Amino acid sequence: MSRKRFRIVRRIFGLYLPLAAFLFFALFPFYWMLISSFKGNPELYNLQANRLWITHPTLEQFQELFAKTAVLQWLWNSFFVSFLTSMISMTFGIMAGYALARLRFPGAQVFGLATFVTYLVPTTLIFIPLASVVQYLGLSNTIWSLVVTYPTFLIPFCTWMLIAYFKSIPRDMEECAMIDGCSRIGSMVRIVLPMAIPGIIFSAMFSFTLSWNEFVYALTFISSTTHKTMSVAVPTELIRGDAYFWGELMAASLIGSVPVALLYSFFMDYFVSGLTAGALKG
Amino acid sequence: MSIARAERLAARPWAARLVKPEALTGYGLISPAVFLMLVLLAYPFVLAVSISLTDRVLGEPGKFVWLENFLKLLQDSLFRQTVWNSFVYTISTVFLKLVLGIILALLLNQEMPYRNLVRGALLLPWIVPTSLSVLTWLWMFDSLFSVVNYILLGLGLISKKIPWLGDPFWAMVSVIIVNTWRGLPFFAVSILAGLMTIPRELYEAAETDGARAPRQFWHITLPLLQPVIAVVVLFSTIWTFADFQIVYILTHGGPINATQIFATMAYDVALVAGRIGEGSAISLFLFPALLVVIILLLRYLRRE
Repeated sequence: MSRKRFRIVRRIFGLYLPLAAFLFFALFPFYWMLISSFKGNPELYNLQANRLWITHPTLEQFQELFAKTAVLQWLWNSFFVSFLTSMISMTFGIMAGYALARLRFPGAQVFGLATFVTYLVPTTLIFIPLASVVQYLGLSNTIWSLVVTYPTFLIPFCTWMLIAYFKSIPRDMEECAMIDGCSRIGSMVRIVLPMAIPGIIFSAMFSFTLSWNEFVYALTFISSTTHKTMSVAVPTELIRGDAYFWGELMAASLIGSVPVALLYSFFMDYFVSGLTAGALKG
Repeated sequence: MSIARAERLAARPWAARLVKPEALTGYGLISPAVFLMLVLLAYPFVLAVSISLTDRVLGEPGKFVWLENFLKLLQDSLFRQTVWNSFVYTISTVFLKLVLGIILALLLNQEMPYRNLVRGALLLPWIVPTSLSVLTWLWMFDSLFSVVNYILLGLGLISKKIPWLGDPFWAMVSVIIVNTWRGLPFFAVSILAGLMTIPRELYEAAETDGARAPRQFWHITLPLLQPVIAVVVLFSTIWTFADFQIVYILTHGGPINATQIFATMAYDVALVAGRIGEGSAISLFLFPALLVVIILLLRYLRRE
């Protein structure tokens, strides 16, 4: 009996308590974001009330936000850019990933290495000259500047992830298809791609998330309110001078966070397996 | 292809290899990616170097000044502080993320109810747009309404409010906390993936030999995790060194430049003050760090 009790005590102190501390640290900011966005201003700025709870939940902050700001436009911009860039990057990433995983040609190894290296290049290293390039292309202050530049960090990521997935698919099946008269591209589309679907979904989702969350380029290339994406519009448009409208800010942050959180909850299994696969191969 | 051309190519074996259908398909498939990378990654990098060698300001082309920007920066006390801050920020957050990440991965590797839900919940800080979650932290650290102070005071852990973002020391602590919060899931999940590959038999053998948990950790777990840890640490080092948004939103480099790091200073100098040449030079100081990380990673991956 005492042995059993010892085991329970050890489990509480060795697992549940520390885990609860980590969960609190990870999730408290989201809880705070959530309750701040459903409080009215009097309650939000009342230091005497119990601040960790809501007594009068209200949609005021959301109403203000939708009435006064272009939040729907920003959401649409984010969707448009993220969807388009992840599609472009997946297409080019699948092509390049397949070539580097399967085909033998001079220079293939160098390209593989270059993919890996470019994946590591931080956006903050080149954002200043890239602004000149974007301007030269006539894309300054349009969302097309993001559609064009986001693939530079998405393609290396997709290619690198997909090389690993393609390599894990046995060659025999493809060779059989090719003996039966299928072309190289045909066998890639009909045999390899369907088998790599988990990897493709993971890469597409993660590309979408990376685009949705991108900040440096969007901040640098776009100055008009109506062309901004969520991640940049909320911190730049909703903070006016020294005035912080915290209720609106938190409501907007919530709106900007929910799409990726939802996307990721639907595909969590792909996500976790993709992440662990990537970490193992990396 | 005409026969004459094929014969000519056959005489040159390397050319023949290049036009083999497999190679042609290969080049065709990688060409869009390569083209985009050259135009929007390689070319801007070259441009960054050439701009950094001029005294270009917004609206004027500027003239060639050799390494003047770099030399001036090295003597600038503000820049020196930026270098110091960047190192403090990177080293302390990578260390914290690593230690906490190993602990969290060990916890998550145990049997428990709702394990997938718990793993998913812990990943959230890494998924949600950083600029938006950092805004929440900005609100949590507010000088008047800080909920962090509210909780700490309520629990009796502190006796007076901490000036989170208003004091040079605490501002650095704040950005370090937020960076750790954001990056911890990446460490935990990667290390968890590494843990799951360690065969159970090793622990069973150690158990029969009488090795207890701490010894098992030092002699089995840690050595076998080494490859994963090396990769994760190197990735995180370059990302943190070049970080921008957490500092930009939380402190904007302040107070009195106490949290200014490379990327935020480059942004301020190039795009706010308009001294593009100097700003480019600041950005380029990230390059040596990137180079070291790349060399170490490639060496490491080759050895594996």
